[in-house]
Parts: sequence; structure tokens; C-alpha cells
Amino acid sequence: MAKSALLKSSIAKKYWMALTGLFLCLFLAGHLAGNLQLLVPNNALNFNQYALFMTTNPAVKVLSYLTYISILFHAIDGFLLTYQNAKARPIGYAKSNPSANSSFSSRNMALLGTIVLVFIVTHMVNFWAKMHFDKNMPLMTQSIEGQPGMKQDFYVGTQAGQYYPVEQVEIGTHTDEHNHAPKQFKLVKKTELYHAQANVKVADLYKDLYKITLAFFRDAKYGLYFTIGYVLAMFALGFHLWHGFQSAFQSLGLNSPKYTPIIKFIGKAFAVIVPLLFAIIPLYIHFTK
Amino acid sequence: MSTAKNININLKIWRQKNANDKGGIVDYKLDNVSTASSFLEMLDQLNEQLINNKQEPVAFDHDCREGICGMCSLYINGRAHGPETGTTTCQLHMRKFKDGDTIYIEPFRSKAFPVVKDLVVDRSSFDRIQQAGGFVSVNTSGNTIDANATPVPKDDADKAFMAAACIGCGACVATCKNGSAMLFVGAKVSQYALLPQGKVEAAQRVQNMVRQMDEEGFGNCTNTGACEIECPKGISLENIARMNREFLKASL
Amino acid sequence: MKLDSKIPEGPLNQKWTDYKDHLKLVAPNNRPKLDIIVVGTGLAGASAAASLGEMGYNVKAFCFQDSPRRAHSIAAQGGINAAKNYQNDGDSIYRLFYDTIKGGDYRAREANVHRLAEVSGNIIDQCVAQGVPFARDYGGMLDNRSFGGVQVQRTFYAAGQTGQQLLLGAYSALSRQIGLGRVKMYNRHEMLDLVKIDGKARGIIARNLITGEIERHSAHAVVIASGGYGNVYFLSTNAMGSNVSAGWKIHKKGAAFANPCYVQIHPTCIPVHGTNQSKLTLMSESLRNSGRIWVPKKKEDAEAIRAGKLKPTQIAEEDRDYYLERRYPAFGNLVPRDVASRAAKERCDEGFGIEANDTNEGVYLDFSSEIKNKGKEVAYAQGNHNPSEEEIITLGKKWIEEKYGNLFEMYEKITDENPYETPMKIYPAVHYTMGGVWVDYNLQSTIPGCFVAGEANFSDHGANRLGASALMQGLADGYFVLPYTVSNYLADEIRTGKISTDAPEFAEAEKNVKDSINMFLNNNGTKSVDYFHKRLGHVMWNKVGMARNEQGLKEAIAEIGQIRDEFYKDVYVPGNADELNPELEKALRVADFLELGQLMAMDALQRNESCGGHFREEYQDAEGETLRDDENFSFVSAWEYKGQDTTKAELHKEELKYEFIKIAARNYK
Repeated sequence: MAKSALLKSSIAKKYWMALTGLFLCLFLAGHLAGNLQLLVPNNALNFNQYALFMTTNPAVKVLSYLTYISILFHAIDGFLLTYQNAKARPIGYAKSNPSANSSFSSRNMALLGTIVLVFIVTHMVNFWAKMHFDKNMPLMTQSIEGQPGMKQDFYVGTQAGQYYPVEQVEIGTHTDEHNHAPKQFKLVKKTELYHAQANVKVADLYKDLYKITLAFFRDAKYGLYFTIGYVLAMFALGFHLWHGFQSAFQSLGLNSPKYTPIIKFIGKAFAVIVPLLFAIIPLYIHFTK
Repeated sequence: MSTAKNININLKIWRQKNANDKGGIVDYKLDNVSTASSFLEMLDQLNEQLINNKQEPVAFDHDCREGICGMCSLYINGRAHGPETGTTTCQLHMRKFKDGDTIYIEPFRSKAFPVVKDLVVDRSSFDRIQQAGGFVSVNTSGNTIDANATPVPKDDADKAFMAAACIGCGACVATCKNGSAMLFVGAKVSQYALLPQGKVEAAQRVQNMVRQMDEEGFGNCTNTGACEIECPKGISLENIARMNREFLKASL
Repeated sequence: MKLDSKIPEGPLNQKWTDYKDHLKLVAPNNRPKLDIIVVGTGLAGASAAASLGEMGYNVKAFCFQDSPRRAHSIAAQGGINAAKNYQNDGDSIYRLFYDTIKGGDYRAREANVHRLAEVSGNIIDQCVAQGVPFARDYGGMLDNRSFGGVQVQRTFYAAGQTGQQLLLGAYSALSRQIGLGRVKMYNRHEMLDLVKIDGKARGIIARNLITGEIERHSAHAVVIASGGYGNVYFLSTNAMGSNVSAGWKIHKKGAAFANPCYVQIHPTCIPVHGTNQSKLTLMSESLRNSGRIWVPKKKEDAEAIRAGKLKPTQIAEEDRDYYLERRYPAFGNLVPRDVASRAAKERCDEGFGIEANDTNEGVYLDFSSEIKNKGKEVAYAQGNHNPSEEEIITLGKKWIEEKYGNLFEMYEKITDENPYETPMKIYPAVHYTMGGVWVDYNLQSTIPGCFVAGEANFSDHGANRLGASALMQGLADGYFVLPYTVSNYLADEIRTGKISTDAPEFAEAEKNVKDSINMFLNNNGTKSVDYFHKRLGHVMWNKVGMARNEQGLKEAIAEIGQIRDEFYKDVYVPGNADELNPELEKALRVADFLELGQLMAMDALQRNESCGGHFREEYQDAEGETLRDDENFSFVSAWEYKGQDTTKAELHKEELKYEFIKIAARNYK
């Protein structure tokens, strides 16, 4: 009884919405902290270091899988609830005045959530998928002026002081022996730098997520649309959080005259500040090219 | 002195012959309605007019007409029990309307509240939830301990009373965009959970009542808070939170 | 017809205990073989059905509302009395008994009332165990308050919603039994006749109000707990659906109807606003602790107020007539309900009424003096010994709000006037009926197997009911009396076996019901049911209301007869028999009211005395107070039905013997 109730009953569904929702709020905060580095000019190294950390650290990996599951569960549970709730009133009212008793966001969680979900999918295609799977994902380089007026591009290794001249790195798995002399280094598994002859790994290189991000929002043709889309999605997220944050506490049974006003305040602050900061980033990138 | 005057109004009322009929909105014009009349007295007046014209009067539920029995319902101009908060339909007065107003009157809508006729709905789903666990399993012999043998903190007693003030009218369900009954169930669960007499079987109670609530086809709560605003007795959302806690405790 | 009250012998405080000990029992394995029908699910009905179901009987409960929780017990505001003496002010079972007998103007049975007082404490224990959230003090103990006509604090309460909480308690007990399958609940069903076989109650005919189906239900015993008949006045504080039909049907089948003329008229209700008024709303009696009742001294002022030319606040202090304080200096505004009601009527009849409605009936209940007094007290308590007029009024209003805030809010909702600024307008309204079906000590009517409980019977309140006693009686009957006495009756029925609904008596009763339904639906008259009900109410209010006299009563009997004839000729009932048809339901109820109204007038006419709620203008002293005639009228009048013409009803008398208390006059000067 108890176990099945924890999965099936209407209240259990609320718990799961609340728990996954609150977990995703934590994720948002973490994600935002990383993204804010994009607001520092020429911060490629730090940002890419962060990106690398987020994609390789085992603890973060666990968290990220939890995040994926949460998103999926939150979305599926949400759709299920919405479907059931629609069934609970087969014939609607001819005249209804819902704004008299409830907020816009509370009534439109499913719509707002769907917008956020669509955003998450496109967002993952644009960044997460490229980062993970794109063969053409660029690696981070840095221009160093070795001698005055002589700039040279170097790949940057993950250890301090590792710089490898770009022209000395063989990209791809095959060597083009006909045109050039053999190069000193070669790339294996996209980011691992090997000594070409000794076949010994000398460094790990950074994927240049920073570059991709900037290019995305500064795209000559679509950059403006991407930026606008991103900002609109953040509006949806903001409204979703406006109701969702404090609602989660209510669902978990945490409601008391003493603490609920504080929770509501924090929730509203979170709903405004987090999406706002997220939205500033693409705006900043787009308009400071 | 009394400022009552007479107004003329247009009514758009849901008419439905019986549960199987499709039903629809029918327009009526009603003149010389005293603003001192209650909303239900206005409907009485309409019915008197219909009867005098040998037409069938509008069926609607009502009984005590003093805001306590919970029998009256009606979704008036898009709101359960009409535009006044903290008020049942029977306590709503026509002075809240203006001459020439058009007023929509619809039944409370929910899968669990099927329409019986016109504006009358069947709310026996609430009774069945109550039967599933809304009680303390004590015999009615009177052979219990003395009423003062178990002190109850005043704060708990007051909170239990405020939850118990629910009149079971169903406005919470009618107004909830999800057709959820959690304010009703939460209030009942809370009343007993707050009192020592009810704590003994709190776990089974909340599980049984929630199971019955789900079986009846009520929707899920999404915390919009509309129920709390439209509840004529001001039952607090805290009661839903308490039910959520009680259910969690019972399920773990 | 022979009236045997079956009051047991022995000392008063031992009667019930001894009697209970010698009642017959039904063994647990026999109980499921016995069927009991309970009609009505208010305090008495719900508690009886729950208790009998719990004992193991096969119970069917009926209510006309959509849920048993809606019964009108729910509207009781003030509280419930119990002789617990928690407040250590000398209360006891005897005192509660004595106060109730005296409050009833010595027209109730000693033995019944003493039993009521004996079980009063159990009621509170029971309700608390059920989770009824009574008001408590900071020590966690139950709180009490004082009520009219007594000198102790014995009233338990839950804010202004005591009736609601008690009914929901009984409803929860009933719900538990329904959930367990021991009680089968029939919502939206109305009892339309009693079925008697071989002289015993054996079942009922009920109409399913949704489908219109006429159903036969058999049982070994029938309990009627269908409430009072105040709606015979059309306007009352009763619920719209409250009706006498269940009680009246058994009366027509042979149950005597007792003391129909005893009606309680509550002094503080919101006055009638117009011809479309459907019901009256009570303002709690407690308001009379702080409000002063007055009308203008000058008729021209009253006229100017009614015309809207003067406001009450413009009437100078010396031009106000605080008539209760003038006539009853000792009790002032706190005289009992019947006295306060009659005094208001007297002023309005003289032309001093202040309400601008058709009848000009209304008096002021003014809080301005209290606002000033309390404001000053509070200011002093706060250390301000020289408060300004403004400060006093602000503080006073705050004090009033704390004490009566919810009532003031309700008043404003209904009347759109702010009672903090202008006095409340109030007028008496029909509230409770002490009379009802005659029952013996077992609560059994003169039909064997037909029991009557709660307001529907006549048993405990005599000619006037004290505040906070109705809830007590309802629960006492249902929880603590009927389970014993019904079992005692059923002990002789264990060999009867299932009662078939195919018996010719069922067929005949069903046919009668169907005939009367068809008669109304095919009548094709021109006037609505309400038209006749209002006319009946008008006659009742004016001639069988607060003050009665021989001529008026005789006129009333004739006029009601006329209205009844017209009703049958000219009523129009739309719709069909096989559907939800509220007009048909009303027609069937009003038909019974039209007979009862006559009987009430006849009862009032034969009672040549004034007592409690029954005031005959011929029987008053020089100062307009009631004159009881104990020598000739110390009896219960029990009427036997003698056919369609109510005026042929036969009066039987049950002598009231006072063995344990001394009869005295009531004096509130």
C-alpha cells in the first residue's frame, strides 16, 4: 500500500514534482555561476576550465545524470498531471474569471514548463551536444606574442604552462605526408595530445566552448534571434519559478505562517534574479561584439 | 436608511434537463429585482416568473440560506459563489450587481460533481471521501474518558476548529483549474491530525481519504491557491500542506 | 386513544438508571436480522443511525438534502448545555434539570428532562472523543460561557458554529457506519408516508428526489428525526427545506401530535426586507449583552425614519424609548426570548416600528452606549485617564469587534449597513418549535415501533426552550436514549423475520402517494406553491404568532381552511413526477403545513392561558405579562387525527405531575 501510494497517488506526484523541481533550482544556481564567467571579457581559459570540469568530474557526472533524470521526470510527471487535471473537468465554464483568485504563472505551469523544456532541448543541441559529440568542436587556442609583432597561436593544455603551437599539431587521425613534413604532435580522441613519434600522451587540451558560445550569439545571420529566443525562454523560466519555487515547499508540506512568507520572498527573488542573470549573458555577448 | 432599489438584469443560466441531457446556456430577462434581495431570492423571483408563464423553473440547490449548510453552490460570473469573497451564494446580495448587468450562472463543474439537473450537481463524492476515513473510530456509547481528561493546547484546538469550519460546499473543487478536492480533504485530515483524539489513526485516515479522493476523479493540486481565496469559510492552504506532511509520514 | 407516558416509578434521579437496567436486550447475533429506518440526519437522526448501526442493526437512513451533513442542526450558533460544573460555580444535574423545567414554564415532563440533564455530560465526553473542536482555554481545558435564563456557565461552544461542529461530529460517526456497510444512506430521498401493518410501523414510502421513483422500504422500527415545523410561517430561521411532512404523515397514521401551539419566536433576527424575502437570519442572543433595544418615543420620529428623512443617530437620547429597560428594570435587555419578542411586537403594533418595509416591523439594537462604556474602560485600563471622545469610540469599537466581529460582518453583508456606526435593526422571527409528535418515555409515538427524536418530538422543552438546549436534546435522544428503547422494542421482533414490501399495506400507501403526486401535477392551476405558502405564513404570523386571541385564532382556522381549498383547486405544479422537481416537493410539504397550521390554531385556542411561547392576549396581568393557569392547563395537549378535516381532530390530555419541584411563577421585573 505505502509503496504504491508513493508512486501513484495524487499527493505522491506532487512530492516528485517538488523534489525534482527544487533539485533543478539547485542546478540552475550552479549553472548560472558557471555561465556568469562569460561576462568577464576574454575569459576563455577560465570558462573552458569550468566546462571541462563540468564534463569530466565524476561527482559532477553523477549530478548531471540526476539532472537529466529530474528534467525528464519533472516533464513527464508534469504532462501526466496536466492530462489528468484536464480530465477532472470534462465540461468547462462558459464564463470564467480565474485572475480573481490565482496568479498567471500558477495557472500556466504546464505551458511555461513546455517552453522551458523546448528551450532545454535546443540549448542542449546547441551547446551540450556540440561539446560532447561534435567532431568539429574547436579546441581552445591562445595567441601569444612571442616577439613583438609576431603573434603565434598555441593550443592550451590543462596543466599550467602547457602551450603547443597550433601548426605543430596534426589534427585528425591520418597524416598528410604528401604536403608537409611530419608534425610533432597528434590529437587522439578529440582532446588528447600525443607526441607523434613516441605515441605518448603529453597533454589534455580544452574544448573551446567559450568560442562556440560567443560565435553562437554573435552569428551574423541568426545571433539576434538566438539572443531573443534565449531571453524569452528566461522569461518563461522566471514565471515558472515565480510559482514553482514556493509551490514545491507547499507540496512537501512545508507551510507555516512563520516561514512561508520568507520562502515566498526567496522564491520570488530567485525567480527574478536567476533568469535575469541568465538573460544578461547572451545580451551582453551579442551587443558587445 | 435602507438604500434598496430595483434593478433589471439579464441572466445567462445553464439549463440541463437531466444527467444525460447535453444542456446549454439559456437567456432570461428579469426586471424589478430588489437590491436588498439575496442572490437566491433573485432566482426565486425568476422561478415565480417562469411558473406564472407555465415554464419550468430553474433547479438549484439551497437550504439554510445563512451560509452554513453548504448546500448552495453556483458559479456566478466566472467565480464560485459569485464575486464576493468569504461569502456563500445564499449570502450574496443583489446590491453587488448593477442595473443592466448580465450575469452568468453555471453549475459547479467537476467530473466528480456530475450535473443532476440545471444548476444542481451531485456532491456525494465528498460523502464517500468522508466515509473512507473522515472520523475517529470511537463507539458512540458515551463510555469514553471525561472530556477534560486529555488537555488540548488552545492553539491546536483553534486550528482544528478553523479546519473543521469547512461546509463541504465544493467551491474549492469548482474554482480549482484542476478540479482538485485537496482543500476539502486537507481540512478534514487536519482537523483530526491536530487533535490527540484523532492522532491515533492519522496514518490510515490520510491514506484512505486520499485514495478515495483519487478514485472519485478529482484533479491534482498545483497550489494555485484559488481554493483558499474562493472558500466561503476561508479554509487555509496550510491544511493542504499538513495533509501532504501527514501523507508522507504515513507512506514512509 | 390512550396516552401512557410509561414514566418509571422511583426517585427522580434513579428512574433512568433503573429503567435502563430492566429494558429488554437484543443479542448481537440477532441484531443484523432487524431493520431500522431513520428519517432525518440532523443531530438526533445522525446520532441515532450511527449508534444503532454500530450496535449491529441493519439501518437505513434518509435525508432530503444532498448529504446528511446539511441538516439544519448545522445552523445552531450558540452552544450546548451540560451539567459538568467545570467552572466550579455550583452547577449540577439537578440545576440543569430545574432550569430547563422552569425555562419551559412548567409544561414539560420531569422524568424526561431529568434524564436529559443526566446524559448531558456524556454528550460532551462523546463529542470530544469524536474530535469535535470545542473552544478551550490556555490550559487546554474546555471553555464555557453563560446563556440566558441561568446563573451558571455550563454552555460548551465552538465559536458561533457549535451546531455545525456537533452535527459534523455525528455525521462523521454516521459516515463511519456507512463506510462499514452497517448503515445504508439514502440522500435526496423524502419520506412521503408511513406503512403500518397490524398496527405497527413496518416501513415507509419514500420518493427518490432525483429520479422521482417511489420506493418501498420495510423495517422493524422507524425513527422519525425530521426536525421542527417553523416553516409553517413561511418566514422563519429554519432552512428552506425544513418541513413537517414526516411527522405529519405519522400523525395521520395514528400518532398523536402534542402541543403544536408552542412556538419559540426569537427576538433578535434581521427584519424582513421585502416581499421576495425567503428566509430570516438570526443574530445571536449574545448581542443583547451589549446592545440596548429602543424605538423612538415620538410617532412622528418613527415615521420620519421610515421615510428616510431621519437617521436613528439623529434621535436625541431623551426621545428614545428603551422599552425593555422601562418595563423590566431588573432584567432590562436580557429578559427571556418570549418576553423580548412580545415587547417588540407591542411597540411596532403601536406604530413605533422603524423598518421601511410593508409592515414597518423593526426595532433598534444599539451598541453606541456600550461602545462608549467599554471604550472608556479600555482607555483607563491602558492608563489613559483623560481620553478624548474620539479615542473612546475607537477603543470601544475595537472591543465590540473582538467580541462580536463575525456577527457584525454578517449583519453588514445582509443589510449593507454598518452596525458600528448605526444601530442594528432587528425584529422577532420564528425559530424553534417546542411542540411535535407526542412520545412516551421511550420516545415512542402512539404507533408501536414508530419513534420520534429531536425537535420533531415534543418531549423536553415544555412551552419555551432555553438557549443551548436543543443541541443537547437532539444528541441525548440519538446517542443515549433510542439505542436502549429501540432495542427494548425490537427484542420482541427477533422472530418476525424480513418484512416483505409486497404486503398490501405497502401497495396501498404507495398508491396514495402516487395519487397525490399525480393530483398536483395534473391540477393545472394558476398559482405557484409559494403563493399559497406565503398566504398561510401571513395568517399564521398575524394570528397564531407572538400574541394570540380567541377571535384571531378562530379567524385563522377558517382562513387556513379557505387557503387550503384554494390551494387544491388552483395550485400549479410544473414538471413531471419522474425527475428532480423542487416545486412538487414544495407542494407536498405545503399541503401538510396547511393542515398543521389549523391544528396549531386549534391548540392555541383551547389553551386558555399564557405560558412560555404561547401568549394569549386575554390572559395577561395588568402589566401585560403572561398568566399561566396551572389548575386547568397543566397538561400536554395531544391531538388525534380524525380525517381530512383537521378541525375534527380530537384532543387528549396527558396530565403533568410535578412530584419533585415546586411550581412557581416566572417574574422578570
